[in-house]
Amino acid sequence: MSDTSIVGRRPLDLVLVYKVLFLALVAAFVAVPLLATLLGGFKTLGELRTNPFGLPETWEWQNYTGILLSKRYWQLLGNSFVIGSFTVVLTLIVASMAAFAFAHIHFFGSSMLLSYLTMGLLFPAATAILPLFIKVRDLGLLDNYFGVILPQVAFSLAMSILLLRRFFKDLPHELLEAALVDGCSYFGFFRHVTLPLSRPILATVGTITFVHSWNSYLLPLVMLNSEQLYPWPLGIMIYQGEFSSEWHLILAFITLTLLPTILLFIFAQKHIVAGLTAGAVKG
Amino acid sequence: MSQYSGAAVISGKPAASGARRRAATDGRLASLLLFLPPALLLFTLFVVLPIGEAAWYSGFNWNGFGSPTRWIGFDNYRFVFDTRGFGTAFRNNLLIIAVSLVIQLPLALTLALILADKFRGSVALRMLFFLPYVLAEVATGLIFSFIYDGNYGLLASIYRTFGAEAPHLLASTQTSMLAILVVVIWKYFGFHMMLFIAALQGMDRNLVEAARIDGASRWQVLRHVVIPLLYPTIRLSVFFAVVGSLQLFDLVMPLTRGGPADSSNTMVTFLYNHGVSRMRVGYGSAIGVILFVICVTFAITYKRWFMRDE
Repeated sequence: MSDTSIVGRRPLDLVLVYKVLFLALVAAFVAVPLLATLLGGFKTLGELRTNPFGLPETWEWQNYTGILLSKRYWQLLGNSFVIGSFTVVLTLIVASMAAFAFAHIHFFGSSMLLSYLTMGLLFPAATAILPLFIKVRDLGLLDNYFGVILPQVAFSLAMSILLLRRFFKDLPHELLEAALVDGCSYFGFFRHVTLPLSRPILATVGTITFVHSWNSYLLPLVMLNSEQLYPWPLGIMIYQGEFSSEWHLILAFITLTLLPTILLFIFAQKHIVAGLTAGAVKG
Repeated sequence: MSQYSGAAVISGKPAASGARRRAATDGRLASLLLFLPPALLLFTLFVVLPIGEAAWYSGFNWNGFGSPTRWIGFDNYRFVFDTRGFGTAFRNNLLIIAVSLVIQLPLALTLALILADKFRGSVALRMLFFLPYVLAEVATGLIFSFIYDGNYGLLASIYRTFGAEAPHLLASTQTSMLAILVVVIWKYFGFHMMLFIAALQGMDRNLVEAARIDGASRWQVLRHVVIPLLYPTIRLSVFFAVVGSLQLFDLVMPLTRGGPADSSNTMVTFLYNHGVSRMRVGYGSAIGVILFVICVTFAITYKRWFMRDE
């Protein structure tokens, strides 16, 4: 049974006891803050103070329903969704085209251009946030979804191109040669053969890009002024500022904004982990 | 044009008829002109140019309106280093790196060694530990600012059950950074654990079996077989941990905004608080350039020294 175990087993399993204790401790460390948030949203402010750990005495559903019925909540999620979707679609189109060129078209300077494009991995977007702000302003994109979307796409290109290129390279090159001899264009091949065959990696890159965009804070903070354009991380900070110590409402709000993230995580968990480990083979 | 046909010869394309060859070659150039410009344009416009401009703007005293005219040379850099809070921010980044390397990575590695085996609950635990990584930094920060809240927080209520006075961890210059470090571990150890699990699952178990048959103890197998086989992943994890620590921002904002009294700033929150929110473009850009130089120097040195064979 322990054939696959790396560390192996001893007859007297004291080690097993330690392992279980250790896992339980870490599990509590991770789970308690999350559960406290979820349950805290069901309490009154008073109960939050007197009974921080237990189940609510009476479940205050109106904390949650009040938020769910507010326009504000759906507007925040909607904004995040619009920004995230555009970012994903644009990233997939632009990155897959470039990745295809790097994987299948031999040309002078190919590796140099690829290193140029993947330089983006080395430094955070924050290093040039002020010039970026001025650039976006000069382009007239301030306080506009695209003032957030385009920089996000630009910054997600490096990792996306690397992941896609590696996948495209593994598709048989003979297929492309045959298609070209038969008079198919590079673009036709890319569109009708490469993309359909690459659904798994496209899903992975898309999911990761979406999660990044969905969670991002700094770019929207700098580029957007109007509250009706705010994505949820910005909105939730404003909400917290308004309700400063009414933690029961803030916790309910946090829980409700995390719900989409957690659902996405459950459904796309395979793609998220795949991208992480594929990206990890070579930083 | 000739370079493309030259490349075609090098790449060993089968020579179809000359006309077809030429068609394919022309197609290649046309395709490149279709495939590459969008990526190059976006990347150059929104990533490369702003970096270059940051270097340029950092020589000016400029509030971002009109065009920069008051050239002050390297004074912005001097101002940055003279601001008392910047040293703290830099030290805080080093602290985050240290905690990531000394506590987070060993924790992740230990968990990975346990959870790489399949047993009841191992997959569920992996997912639980990975979950914080997927949650937004801002939401994570807010959850913990609740936990640390001196009136309503979980920590405060634990203190009260022992009859002690509830602490306001985030409001004290002594403890604010400590509180943030705990959140950093909470949020990111699962990511590294997943990297290690993936590496362990891709590992050749025969080597482990062979060592066991040769009579190596559990510890010896770990020390001399498993860990060395994990080196590439460990090096990568260290790389991610350092680069990630250098750019920490979103998590700090909802917790402390860098305060109190600039005690819990990272370089990026410092850049935001002292550059962006006051539109001191030259000053903020100088901080950006410093951060950029640190990141790139680290990345290049690290790749050259530790990741040469990959």
